[in-house]
Amino acid sequence: MSAASGSSALDPKIPGGPLAERWTRHKFALKLINPANRRKFHVIVVGTGLAGGSAAASLAEMGYRVTSLCIQDSPRRAHSIAAQGGINAAKNYPNDGDSVFRLFYDTIKGGDFRSRESNVYRLAEVSNHIIDQCVAQGVPFAREYGGLLANRSFGGAQVARTFYARGQTGQQLLLGAYGAMMRQQGANRLTVLPRREMMDLVVVDGVARGVVARNLVNGEFERYAGDAVLLATGGYSNVFYLSTNAKACNVNAAWRAHKRGAYFANPCFTQIHPTCIPVSGGHQSKLTLMSESLRNDGRVWVPQRAGDERAPDTIPEAERDYFLERKYPSFGNLVPRDVASRNAKEQADQGRGVGPSRMAVYLDFRDAIAREGVETIRERYGNLFQMYERITGEDPYRSPMRIYPAVHYTMGGLWVDYNLESTVPGLFVLGEANFSDHGANRLGASALMQGLADGYFVVPATIAAHLAGRKLPPVGPDHAAFREAESAARDRTRRILSIQGRRSADSIHRELGALMWNRCGMARNAAGLGEAIEKIRALRAEFWENVRVPGDEGDMNASLEHAGRVADFLEFAELLVNDALQREESCGGHFREEHQTPENEARRDDERFAFAAAYEHRGDGNPEVLHKEPLAFEAVQPSTRSYR
Amino acid sequence: MSTAHGPEDRAAMRLTLHVWRQKRSSAPGALETYSLRGVSPDMSFLEMLDVLNEQLLESGREPVAFDHDCREGICGACSLVINGQAHGPERETTTCQLHMRRFHDGDVITVEPFRANAFPVLKDLVVDRSAFDRILAAGGFVSVNTGSAPEANSLPVPRPDAEKAMDAAACIGCGACVAACPNAAAMLFVAAKVSQLALLPQGAPERESRVVAMVEQMDREGFGNCSNHFECEAACPKGISVANIARMNREFLRGSARSAEPRT
Repeated sequence: MSAASGSSALDPKIPGGPLAERWTRHKFALKLINPANRRKFHVIVVGTGLAGGSAAASLAEMGYRVTSLCIQDSPRRAHSIAAQGGINAAKNYPNDGDSVFRLFYDTIKGGDFRSRESNVYRLAEVSNHIIDQCVAQGVPFAREYGGLLANRSFGGAQVARTFYARGQTGQQLLLGAYGAMMRQQGANRLTVLPRREMMDLVVVDGVARGVVARNLVNGEFERYAGDAVLLATGGYSNVFYLSTNAKACNVNAAWRAHKRGAYFANPCFTQIHPTCIPVSGGHQSKLTLMSESLRNDGRVWVPQRAGDERAPDTIPEAERDYFLERKYPSFGNLVPRDVASRNAKEQADQGRGVGPSRMAVYLDFRDAIAREGVETIRERYGNLFQMYERITGEDPYRSPMRIYPAVHYTMGGLWVDYNLESTVPGLFVLGEANFSDHGANRLGASALMQGLADGYFVVPATIAAHLAGRKLPPVGPDHAAFREAESAARDRTRRILSIQGRRSADSIHRELGALMWNRCGMARNAAGLGEAIEKIRALRAEFWENVRVPGDEGDMNASLEHAGRVADFLEFAELLVNDALQREESCGGHFREEHQTPENEARRDDERFAFAAAYEHRGDGNPEVLHKEPLAFEAVQPSTRSYR
Repeated sequence: MSTAHGPEDRAAMRLTLHVWRQKRSSAPGALETYSLRGVSPDMSFLEMLDVLNEQLLESGREPVAFDHDCREGICGACSLVINGQAHGPERETTTCQLHMRRFHDGDVITVEPFRANAFPVLKDLVVDRSAFDRILAAGGFVSVNTGSAPEANSLPVPRPDAEKAMDAAACIGCGACVAACPNAAAMLFVAAKVSQLALLPQGAPERESRVVAMVEQMDREGFGNCSNHFECEAACPKGISVANIARMNREFLRGSARSAEPRT
C-alpha cells in the first residue's frame, strides 16, 4: 500500500474576502432551510462526545430529526469526559492582551503552520460563544471571588485564556452537551441509541445516506438511513495500544468511511502528551494523563548526572537540570506539548531518566508548595494529585511526580472542507475525527474548543449546504446499498470468528502498539518506518491466520468487538507509517530524525511540505493515492517556531 | 516511599476469584471460581480481570464481560461489587482505579454486578443503567438552545455556590449509590443533578418543575427511597455528600407546593 501521487485537486471551499469576515459572509451565502421543512430531514450522528453530542442536540433544537449512536452504554461516557485541563476562548477577561486574532495566531503557530488559516480563524471566532453557551447550561466553571469566570494559562500561550472546572473540564462540558441531548430525547426530537458500533458507511449514488451498526447487546446488525451522516468518532491514538485514550476508542468508523471514499488526511500527525504517568509493567492496559495545567506550577527536572540513583529530595539544587527552563527561558515549563515531550525523551535517551524504568522525568511541586502553601496547590490540583497517588502509591505533595510522554491525541483525521464535509458528499466529520484545525500539533485546551465549535456552531450552519443544495431522493434501509454493506459487515465478523487460531486480539494489538511506538512514535526515521511497514503487514497476516475470538456473533462479545477494531488498526497503521515516511520534514508532533537542527530542534520544510496530505483508498491491496491540499498563509507568515 | 525509586520487585500474588457469570438477562446466573497467579500489586483491578480473561481465552472458555472504558475514574462505565462493596474497599475510588496493592497474596475475592431491579444484568457483570439517562431526560438540564446564551460574565455566580455546584456536578453516573443502598435508591444520583442546578442562577427558571419531574421519573424506574443508611455516600467514588439528598428533599417539597399553586 505504498503511496502514489494523485492529480485531482481537492477543493477546500474556502470563502473569499478578508479572513475576519469569511465565516460571517459564508453563513450568509449558505442556503437556509425553513423551520417547518427541517423535520423532513433525518440526520445520523455517530459518536456522542463533545462534537457529536453538541451537534446532535443543536440540530434537534433546530428541528431536524436526529438519530444519535454511541458505543458506550450512555452518551455521557464518551471519551471527551476524560479531558481535564480546560477550554480556550479569546474572551480576554484577564486583560492580558488576548484577542480572536491572537488565539488564531497561537493556534496556527502551535500547529507548526500545517493547518488551514480560514478554519482556525473561525475556531477562534466562535470560541467566545462556546463559553457563553456552556455557562448558560450550568457548567460550573471556576470563578473568582467576585463571581466572574476564572482563567488559567496553558502551554503554547503567553496569555491566560483557559476556562476550567477543576481538573474535570471535559466531564462538565460533556455533561452540558449530554443534558442538551437528553432534553431533546425527552421531547422526542432525538433518538439516542447506546451500545451501537458503526460497522460501515452506506453510500447511495455517491452520497452518504446512512450507516450499518452492530447492536453490542444482542449482536444484531441494524441499518439507519437518513439524509446526512455526521461522524464524531474521535481519534486513533489506540493504534499505539498504550495511550491515554479510553479502551473503546478506535479508528473503525473513520476507516470504514475512508474505504467508502472519504480521504484520510495527515495520519502521521499524532500528539504525544508530555505529562503522563509512566508505564509500570507489562500488564499495563492504558496510560493516564496528568493535566498539562500542572506545568503552571510544577517544575520539570532530571539529575544532571546520568544514572544518578539518589532519591529526588537528596539531590541538591546545583545538581538538578531544569532542562525546559534552561533551554526555553521565555516559555519555560509551558512550552508546547511536542517540545516538552521530545525534550523528556532526549533526557531519557541520554541516561538521565528517573524511576525504576529510567523512562521518566520529575515534575516537582516543592517550590510551588513553599511559595503558595499546600492548600492552594490542593485546591488547584487536588484531584490530579489524588489520581497520581492512587495509581502509583506515591504522594506528590511529598515527593515529585514522575512523568513521561504518552500518545494522547491525533491531529490527523478524515479530510474535510470548510463546511466540515468530507470527500463523500453528505458525510460530515467533526471534532478529533477530522484533520481540520490543529495542523501538526494541538495546543492544550483546544480540543474541547474545537469539538464544541464544530458541533454547536459550524455544522448546524453548514449542513444546510448539503441538505438544501442537493437532490436527496428518498432512501430507506431496504435499499440495495444497505443490504450490501450489512452483508459485507456480517461476513467480516463471521470470518474473524471462524479463524480460531492461537492468539488473542489483545496480544496482537499490544505487538502492533509496541511497534508503532518504537518506530513511529516521538522520533521517526526512514529505516525504522520502512521496517515498520514490513512488520505491520506480517502482523496483519498473522491476525487473519491466527487470531482466536471466543463466543458468538449474536451475543454481547467484547472479544469480538476488540478483534474488529484491531483488524482496522492493522490496516490503518500502514497508512500512518507511509504518511510519516513521505513527510520528509519535522513539524509539530512529527519528528523525522533526518530533519533536525544542530540543536536537535525540528526542521520544517515549507518549500516542499506546506500541504495537507489527503489519501484516497483505491481498493484493498492497491496503493493509497496521495492528494495534496496546498496551505496558503496570508495572515501569518510561517516562521521557525521558537519558544526560547 | 521506599519502593518508589528502587527496583520494583514486590512479589506477585495468587488469588481465588468467585465471579458472577450469567449468559444473558433471561438466563440464570451463578458464581464461578477461578484461581489466578502472577498478579502484580501495580495492576488495577480491571487489569487483573484482563489477565483472567486472557487465561480463560487460552483455555477455550469465554471471557468475563464487564463494563469499562476510560480506566481513569471519570467515565463512570466500570462498576462491580467487590467483596460486597460497590467499587471495592478503597474510599472514593472507582473499580478501574482500585489497585491490587490493596489486596494480599492468597486473598479470596468475590466479584458481582451492581444489583438493583432498575439495573437488569445484561451479561456477567454488565448491567443496564439506562434508567439514569431517562431520569436526566425528564429534567436534568437547563433549557437553553444553542446560540441564545447571554455573555458569560453577565451572570456572576458567588464562588461558594459555584464550588458547591461543582461538588455535586462531579457525579460520574456510575450507579454505585444504587448498588450500595439497601433500598436500591437512586436518590444520591438524582440529588447531585438537582443540587447542581438548584445552586446556580442558571437553573432557577426551572427549579420547581425540574425536581418534581426527575423524582417522578426516578419512581417510575423502580428505584427505592432513602431511609438514611448513607451507604450511598460511603460507596460514591466522587465523595458526593448526602447533604445533597437533604437539599433535594427540600427542593421537592418546595417544587411540589409551588407547582400546586395556580400560575399567574
